[in-house]
Amino acid sequence: MACIEARGLRKAFGATIAVDGINLRVEEGRILGLIGPNGAGKTTVFNAILGLTPYQGELKVLGRDPWTERDQLMRDACFIADVAVLPRWMRVWQALDYFAGVHPRFDRAKAEGFLAKTTIRLASKVRELSKGMVAQLHLALVMAIDAKLLVLDEPTLGLDILYRKQFYDSLLNDYFDRSRTIVVTTHQVEEIQDVLTDVMFINRGRIVFDCSMDEFESRYLEVMVNAEQLAAARAVKPIYERQVFGRSILLFDGIERQELAALGEVRRPSIADLFVAVLSNQSSAAQGGTR
Amino acid sequence: MSTPSNTVPGTDLKSRVTAPAVITASRRMYWSVRRELWEHRSIYIAPLAAGAVFLLAFLTGLTLSPAHWHKGLDTPYEFAAALIMGTGFIVGIFYSLDSLYGERRDRSILFWKSLPVSDLTTVLSKFAIPVVILPLFTFVIAVVTQFVMLLLSSAVPMGGGLGAGTVGSRMSFVHMSLMVLYHMLTVHGLWYAPIYGWLLLVSAWAPRAPFIWAFLPPFVIWGVERIAFGTSHFLGMLRYRLTGPEPLTTTARSGNMMEMISALTPMQFFSTPGLWVGLAVAAAFLGAAVRLRRNREPI
Repeated sequence: MACIEARGLRKAFGATIAVDGINLRVEEGRILGLIGPNGAGKTTVFNAILGLTPYQGELKVLGRDPWTERDQLMRDACFIADVAVLPRWMRVWQALDYFAGVHPRFDRAKAEGFLAKTTIRLASKVRELSKGMVAQLHLALVMAIDAKLLVLDEPTLGLDILYRKQFYDSLLNDYFDRSRTIVVTTHQVEEIQDVLTDVMFINRGRIVFDCSMDEFESRYLEVMVNAEQLAAARAVKPIYERQVFGRSILLFDGIERQELAALGEVRRPSIADLFVAVLSNQSSAAQGGTR
Repeated sequence: MSTPSNTVPGTDLKSRVTAPAVITASRRMYWSVRRELWEHRSIYIAPLAAGAVFLLAFLTGLTLSPAHWHKGLDTPYEFAAALIMGTGFIVGIFYSLDSLYGERRDRSILFWKSLPVSDLTTVLSKFAIPVVILPLFTFVIAVVTQFVMLLLSSAVPMGGGLGAGTVGSRMSFVHMSLMVLYHMLTVHGLWYAPIYGWLLLVSAWAPRAPFIWAFLPPFVIWGVERIAFGTSHFLGMLRYRLTGPEPLTTTARSGNMMEMISALTPMQFFSTPGLWVGLAVAAAFLGAAVRLRRNREPI
């Protein structure tokens, strides 16, 4: 069974179309990165998935309709919206008590174990904690839930690089296994590149790119080309070209590594580079899709 | 604080405790109410403070000029109860107005909605605070305050006229306590239910300033009715809701709620159509509040 399945998912706020007929299928055990510029519709998609907003079209999350069955869905799904939503008056022990009280899959000992690795004290109020500690607390609570789906919307927003790194490390080491699914958005694309199994680009309410990281790595290559070889390289039909320090960097889709090695220094592109390429091609009209 | 956590990734899967799969609705309700008490400590602090302040004033009056007390306040026990209940009523109003608005304003609604608690449970737990929890708290605090008064006035030899005899002449202490409980449960719990329902509805809907949205519409309706039709049925309806059913108002003396309610037997109270109409209205308001909470996003 697919963890998330959407067909023709649509959501408009008045005249503004936030999500414009998205088809989406996320299988169990994947870590999907949903990448998009501000206002692309990421948060709206998440809100629909989590039953926080009504929508048009078909959507099933873990076999349920999120809008009508949010409370049941939340037994198997959890989410971190962004670091600011933990109630500021709450004490750490109260959060633990409350989770243990209402959540059938919450393992209190596990949460306490995670917290013991941090400097967070059980008697502290959320408002007394630093931004990074609040994120640690929320992650500890969520990781102690034996959920099937975890949705993270900019979970590391406003955190320094140490906390960000730690956040994804503990997520991978202490939480993820092949039976869980994680969907994450972030603007710090480089930091999650090695975490993801799948990546999707969203722009203006539409999915404009969708592939697995295995496929991404085998298909896309970037070549730093010297001026004298530029014409030859362009003949191989790069999908995107940019200039860095006076040298051209060309991005290729589905060309053999050996063939490219003759043109210059070959390397693996980052998701961010591909993202820029896909979006610029889109805006410079009719480039004939991305696949 | 230093719990050793040797969770080795990989062994997790096997050692993971399968938590009790069923959490009953009453358990979710219990924890939802508890979390309200964590957040809004004024629910018990305000009536406690009212009781403490009253006792302080009572003690001062008792030691300085017992005669003055005797004259100035012929029913100190009822006055104490009224003061504490009034405080509870005000706390209930402000609590209800803030409850569903505050969680949207500070965005914590996203956190609460990430847990398997339905909007219905949440709204009902918030409704339970002014109609069940606050009446019970104020009842206990009022009775304890009255009991301390009783002890104080019998301990101060000059207190003569205010001793147990005063109470005894009107009603026994137990009888008085039961009266307070009856009043709290019937009037604050049932009769005022639509008022709290309305406040919760406004709290769930208001884009901002719930206080104004709660009190402006009744004012406007009253004004429009008065100008357009020259009548004041709406005002009469509100007054009826605030002061209680007819048999009360006619038999009551000097608007003392305690006296009024003691004039009404449970039989009379529960056969008042106004009670059931009020409860139906309260249910409608709550239903709308549940729907709104589902739809509303953080402000």
